[in-house]
Amino acid sequence: MPQHFVAPPQWEWYIVWYFFLGGLAGGAYLIGTLLRLMGDPRDQAVARLAFLVAFPAMVICPLLLTLDLGRPFRFWHMLVDSRSWELNFKYWSPMSVGAWALLIFGLFALLSFVEALVRGGGLHHPLAGRIAGLMGSGFGRVLMVIGALLGLFVAGYTGVLLSVSNQPIWSDTWTVGGLFLASGLSVAAATLAILARGRDDAASTERKLSRADRYFIVLELLLLVAFFVTLGALSTPLLAPRWLVLWVLVAAGTLLPLFMHRASAGSAPRSPVLAGFLVLLGGLALRIVVVFGAQM
Amino acid sequence: MARTVGFFTDTTLCIGCKACEVACKEWNQLPGHAAKFLDGFDNTGQLDDQNWRHVQFHERGTSSGGVAWSMMSDVCKHCSLASCMEVCPTNAIIRTEFDTVYIQPDVCNGCRDCIAACPYHVIGFNEQTGLAQKCTFCYGRLQNNLIPACAKACPTESIKFGDLTDMRRVAAARLEHLHAQGVTQAQLYGEKEYGGLHALFLLTDKPEAYDLPSTENAVLPRRNNVRSYLGSLATAVVALVGTVIAFRERGGEG
Repeated sequence: MPQHFVAPPQWEWYIVWYFFLGGLAGGAYLIGTLLRLMGDPRDQAVARLAFLVAFPAMVICPLLLTLDLGRPFRFWHMLVDSRSWELNFKYWSPMSVGAWALLIFGLFALLSFVEALVRGGGLHHPLAGRIAGLMGSGFGRVLMVIGALLGLFVAGYTGVLLSVSNQPIWSDTWTVGGLFLASGLSVAAATLAILARGRDDAASTERKLSRADRYFIVLELLLLVAFFVTLGALSTPLLAPRWLVLWVLVAAGTLLPLFMHRASAGSAPRSPVLAGFLVLLGGLALRIVVVFGAQM
Repeated sequence: MARTVGFFTDTTLCIGCKACEVACKEWNQLPGHAAKFLDGFDNTGQLDDQNWRHVQFHERGTSSGGVAWSMMSDVCKHCSLASCMEVCPTNAIIRTEFDTVYIQPDVCNGCRDCIAACPYHVIGFNEQTGLAQKCTFCYGRLQNNLIPACAKACPTESIKFGDLTDMRRVAAARLEHLHAQGVTQAQLYGEKEYGGLHALFLLTDKPEAYDLPSTENAVLPRRNNVRSYLGSLATAVVALVGTVIAFRERGGEG
């Protein structure tokens, strides 16, 4: 492991919440797309819910990132070179790639959001009607798949952003991208399960979400193990007593929901709201400890 | 006009007077932080947005059982392959006509990616300006044929300034001289690291003792791109397959 002498970039709460909401937005869009493409008619209510969640969650992300900048009004420098007025894109810098990914994913999330509003009868503008028509067509399905892949990217690149640095811990493991992605998907499934609760038409979809979340949580746990194995002794700062409560939350946000999903064997867990909130808390705690822990 | 410049900082000549720190702050109008009381006579602490030169004080045991200080005036290395420049998403960090690394204050938006990338703890975030700041190699002075303020002020010529090729030659000659005098622990730092640094150092201990990563540890952030993206991709594929199975299964009564 390379020994470096790096100053902390002071990426704090704005970034933690961005990572959380980015994972939620990307994950929700993917789940919405898969429910739309493979689900039966009973799943469409939750698919719509997923698109209604993805865009608002996504739209907060660039706001948080902008607020985190030392010069917020220069946020556009991420996309356009302010000296030459050419577009800025550096494929080897995840922050540059991420800025573009957020912008483009945002467009897809917006289209699906508008469609979801129209479907729900909440929007009657002619342009919105056209967008809904487009998204409902075969081409719209292609757009959704592209949007879902972009959503996966947005949820997963955040960990890569940390790793492509010389910061101890972040740059010493390849697992953070996958870890944040798995956790983001789990957070998205949990959020949708909470929101779908109480809808009469969503019972079978709840079971599907519960089964999917089981896979996400197992994946997250495997990556957590890989995280500590790849770091070895370098993970010591993350195991300091001050982080103990957060690790307990991470454990409670993975193991307990997994147990609750398993115990209900195929049907939705008895208390999906509790399982869901545990996942959300765990997902947030994971990001707090990884983001802050490496900078202490 | 354009030339490739370099510093050569000879730690064996440093007396820890901090004239370099003061000259740097005077010329660059850096107000500095409140003084800290640290080891030795160090009350600067580290390189950051206000400290573009930092005199390190290292206490070492001598062969006769005493204690001696080893001092080193640390500075931005202006790496040929610069980690900060590599990750900067706004292209605020550029290579100048002097082959130095410069943060354009009118372009930087204060994202701080460069701070996480620099392996030498050089760049700091200025809360007042909202910008990432570090040594400019006295860019304005170079453009006016003046030598950087730190090198100008150094009373012992521990900090030398000139064309990089000259600095390499001077450094090699000094190393040979010291070795001939029996200072066998003397070693040069900066010839191989990050494609060659524009700030060479003559050390009397291993690089890590001066908070400098060793040659094999001098690696760029981009080394992690492929493996991290692959980790995410593998996770994405497994998660996708899992979701498809979960949504297809007619588990329970569903």
